[in-house]
Amino acid sequence: MTLFWLILIPFIGGLLCWQAERFGDLLPRWIALATMLIELAITLGLWFHGDYHLANAGMASDSVRWSMEWRVAWIPRFGIEVHLALDGLSLVLIALTGFLGVLAVLCSWHEIVRRVGFFHLNLLWILGGVVGVFLAIDLFLFFFFWEMMLVPMYFLIALWGHSGSEGRTRIRAATKFFIYTQASGLVMLVSILGLVFAHHANTGEYSFAYATLMQTPLSESTAMWLMLGFFVAFAVKLPVVPVHGWLPDAHAQAPTAGSVDLAGILLKTAAYGMLRFALPLFPEASQAFAPVAMTLGVIGIFYGALLACGQQDIKRLIAYTSIAHMGFVLIGIYAGTPLALQGVVLMMVAHAFSAAGLFILSGQLYERLHTRDMREMGGLWGRLGSLPGFSLCFVAASLGMPGTANFLGEFLILFGSFPVAPWVVVIASVGLVLAAIYSLLLMQRVYFGPPQGEGMLADLDHREYVMLLTLLVLVLLFGLYPQPLLDTTAAAMGEVQRLFGAVPQSTTLLTGMP
Amino acid sequence: MTLTATHLLALAPPILVCITAIVVMLAIAWRRHHTGIAIVTVVGLNLALLSLIGVWRMAPLAAPMLAIDGLAIFAAVLILVAALACATLAHAYLAQHSGPREEFYLLLLCATAGGLVLSASTHLATLFFGLELLSIPLYGMLAYVYGERRSLEAGVKYLVLSATATTFLLFGMALLYAETGHLDVAGLAARLGGELGAWGLAGAALMMMGLAFKLSVVPFHMWTPDVYQGGPGPAATFLATASKVAVFVVLLRLVITAPAFQDGWLHNVLAVLAILTMLVGNLLALTQSNLKRLLGYSSIAHFGYLLTALVIGDGLSVEASAVYLVTYLLATLGAFGVVTLLSSPYVTGTQGGEDTAALHHYRGLFWRRPYLTAVLTITLLSLAGIPFTAGFIGKFYIIALGVEAERWWLVAAVILGSAIGLFYYLRVMVTLFLAEAGMQRRDAPENWAIQAGGVVVLGAAALVVVLGIYPAPMIDWMHHIEVLVGG
Repeated sequence: MTLFWLILIPFIGGLLCWQAERFGDLLPRWIALATMLIELAITLGLWFHGDYHLANAGMASDSVRWSMEWRVAWIPRFGIEVHLALDGLSLVLIALTGFLGVLAVLCSWHEIVRRVGFFHLNLLWILGGVVGVFLAIDLFLFFFFWEMMLVPMYFLIALWGHSGSEGRTRIRAATKFFIYTQASGLVMLVSILGLVFAHHANTGEYSFAYATLMQTPLSESTAMWLMLGFFVAFAVKLPVVPVHGWLPDAHAQAPTAGSVDLAGILLKTAAYGMLRFALPLFPEASQAFAPVAMTLGVIGIFYGALLACGQQDIKRLIAYTSIAHMGFVLIGIYAGTPLALQGVVLMMVAHAFSAAGLFILSGQLYERLHTRDMREMGGLWGRLGSLPGFSLCFVAASLGMPGTANFLGEFLILFGSFPVAPWVVVIASVGLVLAAIYSLLLMQRVYFGPPQGEGMLADLDHREYVMLLTLLVLVLLFGLYPQPLLDTTAAAMGEVQRLFGAVPQSTTLLTGMP
Repeated sequence: MTLTATHLLALAPPILVCITAIVVMLAIAWRRHHTGIAIVTVVGLNLALLSLIGVWRMAPLAAPMLAIDGLAIFAAVLILVAALACATLAHAYLAQHSGPREEFYLLLLCATAGGLVLSASTHLATLFFGLELLSIPLYGMLAYVYGERRSLEAGVKYLVLSATATTFLLFGMALLYAETGHLDVAGLAARLGGELGAWGLAGAALMMMGLAFKLSVVPFHMWTPDVYQGGPGPAATFLATASKVAVFVVLLRLVITAPAFQDGWLHNVLAVLAILTMLVGNLLALTQSNLKRLLGYSSIAHFGYLLTALVIGDGLSVEASAVYLVTYLLATLGAFGVVTLLSSPYVTGTQGGEDTAALHHYRGLFWRRPYLTAVLTITLLSLAGIPFTAGFIGKFYIIALGVEAERWWLVAAVILGSAIGLFYYLRVMVTLFLAEAGMQRRDAPENWAIQAGGVVVLGAAALVVVLGIYPAPMIDWMHHIEVLVGG
């Protein structure tokens, strides 16, 4: 039942925010903040009291093991259940959702001044949908949440977004985002149904249950097609390069809270989907597809990095760096070694922190300068108090400086993928150099060079300072001591690796014990 | 077969509706009283709806020329619910109308009776009778606010085109009769077997054409947007819901019982038409700036999705089309209901204004009427097939059907159609939430929510959400229908 409440709390909180609007602007903000804090507290409570690293480490059991599970019948006609389950991977990602939810509420404290209640309704419903995605292991339910979370995100961008340069209005960006993800989602629905009917043909029973469908024997070509259906949906959301068109626009036009959620959590649902569904359900097909996926990952790294170098809009620049970072994630996922998979988790968490930090910073720059165009910035280092210092830290994290979690993530991914695909790793490593270039370009153009104006701009207030400091501490903490995170997800990642059937690696490095 | 008392009881719903029509007619002759007539209508329709519970126990039953089976009862429920909603909306809509108001209910009741007969017909005579009884009152309903040029245009346009389509239908029937010597569907099916001669094929195709016109399947869809836009709110609602449900059900029945309609050639034509209907309907809706026109095009697209069920015509298809019809009906009632409510203060008389349908009237509606906007948003989301609304369950069924039958072209068209569809549904939705412009404002009456019309739209939206989250009861019921028809 706790799991169900995890989903329900944001939805209820959202409705409360909406209704609280009539009592002033402040109440919805506090309700939203309280909701997300409760969510975070519950998740952290589960983390400390649950046992995640011994659930099935090393055991080659037949069925999937969950730390917590909750199920009730929903649509018996098709064997659809409300089936929620938690393991280390979903726990980490839900904790991340809660944390970034708190940040999203905080960073829109002064930015959003119109229709505050309705804004928080949308914000919390996105988070509720995301938590649902991370918990659902009934494929129908998963799809349900997957599609559902688009609607509030659409409103968030369309109603509270910034209009960019001409031809790039926020509504256009929001519509593009919605259509890309929804249409690709329907392709996934077709795949889900294909899998269910294949199962039906074998056993005469309808079932959408993850564990049941995993046993379905499929012919090679069927498995390939079905896997591609899942892959398309996840690739659009991740995003993988040929289908990334929505991302820069959506990011640039979204309000800060929307960007934080998009980069921090929504992109992670795609990686989660691959780890949880695409790989375990179709291991052979995924294995056969891995070279293509890795190539796409490499293309993404270079494409994202090169385009990031050419951007004038600071948020578009960060958006393109996300594409590059997600390229690494894609390589790691399809390398499928325990080391690479653990790196993927670390990378997802680290990217969520660093991207959220950068988006919050650009939101704060926008509040002070009323522009996101880097040509109108420059020379801000001495004029902004401690903001440039924080920027430097997050930019360093983004380029993968040792000591930050991003470095460990990229390192583990590259290290873990090397035995499987050495050439991919060699090429991808070049991308790290590009990362340094675009990151330093960002610093140079915004904070150094000839100043565009005189006088000091407002320094960070306490709210902003605490937000950034917390993020920075977390980036450094997981950069210096990632073991708790790795321990939590080791079992879940081991499971993925076992199902994916890649070459087993030595696990001593991961668990810290022989 | 002789008519027995059991048959009469089983035919209670259409009979009750007809009795109500007569009562309403006499009452109008005696004294005009708008609310009174509306109440009589609603009571009559409710009685018919209640009598269905008794009929449900007797089903399946074959009355002469009519089948009282699961499908007929299902269609009757939908048609009666739609008629009830239209009657309540009409009461709100016509309240400010200065011309005669009471006859609308008379027309509505006649059309409802026609729909009930049509959806239960198993004989070409009842099919024709039902179809005409459904269509002819609709001409009057569409042109009801005849002072408004567009309303008159809608009525006349529908009259002329519908009459043409009917002649096609009749000619088709004649050809089939010439080929087989039968007018009852079972006899036709038995004589034709799987093989269609040239005349039989022509007859079946012409019949299809006549029915496809009513469903506005693509090459026969030209009338839809104009009629939807011009017709008064409640009439357009009835046309989009009850009338289409009845025609679709009879088409479904024909396809299931007569394998001739499943003949290879005709079958392929139907599949192509389905794909065309989905795509053309959605594409044409893209640039509309009038909500009623847009809903008209979207209904074309929705019947394209529904045709998928006809094309596949086995396994899940009755269940799928039934579920889809329910979700379509609820969402359409909600959307048209909101349009009607917003239009109601402006229907003043013979010089009445147009319905509130231009998109700019809806700009920023949320900040004035949050709940009404929520209703419209929910119904539009449902039409777009987004989870948490009933529309998603419908779309799920259609895609499931396509995947099960491995009709990949149809599945691809459904997905493409939905993606295109999203664009215009989103456009309307976001308009509702944008900042208000200083343009002319149109608004629902202050107390819309506590009036009968308001209750209808709120109920429709609530059902859309409830069935979207907990569809199990609906699905069980539809499954039961399929069993009844199959047995």
